[in-house]
Amino acid sequence: MAKVKGYVEVNTDRCKGCNLCVISCPSDTLDLQPREVNDRGYHYAFMKNPDECIGCANCGFVCPEGCITVYRKKVG
Amino acid sequence: MNANDIISPENLVYAKPGLMNDNYMHYCPGCSHGVVHKVIAEVIKEMGLQEKTIGIAPVGCAVFAYNYLDIDWQEAAHGRAPALATAVKRLLPDRMVFTYQGDGDLAAIGTAETIHAANRGENIAIIFINNGIYGMTGGQMAPTTLSNMVTSTSPDGRNVQMMGNPLKILDMLALLDGVCLATRTSVHTAAAVKRTRRMIRLAFENAMAGKGTSIVEVVSTCNAGWKMTPAAANDWMVENMFPVYPIGDLKNI
Repeated sequence: MAKVKGYVEVNTDRCKGCNLCVISCPSDTLDLQPREVNDRGYHYAFMKNPDECIGCANCGFVCPEGCITVYRKKVG
Repeated sequence: MNANDIISPENLVYAKPGLMNDNYMHYCPGCSHGVVHKVIAEVIKEMGLQEKTIGIAPVGCAVFAYNYLDIDWQEAAHGRAPALATAVKRLLPDRMVFTYQGDGDLAAIGTAETIHAANRGENIAIIFINNGIYGMTGGQMAPTTLSNMVTSTSPDGRNVQMMGNPLKILDMLALLDGVCLATRTSVHTAAAVKRTRRMIRLAFENAMAGKGTSIVEVVSTCNAGWKMTPAAANDWMVENMFPVYPIGDLKNI
């Protein structure tokens, strides 16, 4: 059972849907919106499985746009 | 536990560096430039050099770098960033001066400036983004293009008999006495980004300590120019670029 909980906040206006965060995620948390697009027409990233997030911030490090903010909290 | 319990400043692990402003970047989706911009912003903030840093922007995709990082910038003519950095550093020796150049800028038109600045041991840091192609102008062949690599001006692949070999300019620069740091990194994984950050910090420290010229080559992707998705471009880079441009320190004194 996970002892830490993470949360990924995506700046959807800035996201260009490059998919690099999705690939870097070790826990299958992130995915690109299958249908929704932002103002510029990109399928932005979102938390598909929010419960899986461990707050490792891999997505934040590889994001070229700097549109990801990561939080992490210990639970239990 | 819901999201509101986790989102609070004390739980913050990673955020866009403060020195990077909110201007929307013109780079293609998945471009390595954005990551390197972020890393530079983080390092400058970490070292407290915001008021003392002067960046020299190149010609190439990163020509608008000054729009994204809130530090002092100077725009150089194509390839002339090391010459301009030399002037700035000599006139204002207490400043941290770095150039940010692509491979078309540093290894083609600016070869002479780069080599002579490094040979003089100017106390500057050179961030060299090597994606093996001219990205801005439409993916033409650059000196660093791999052999047999298809570009818009070498549609049958780079023929080394006719078009020469890939230029390993970092290996050349590492031989010069004025160079104190010559290292190759990448930004395709979180671990690689962290190493790049350590190396860029070291380069900036060397520039401030007056140890000589530091060159950090970031082997990067140009997914638009290579005509791949960002993820496929990363895999292609690992498979094809790394054997020719191996990651690691060539010189670190």
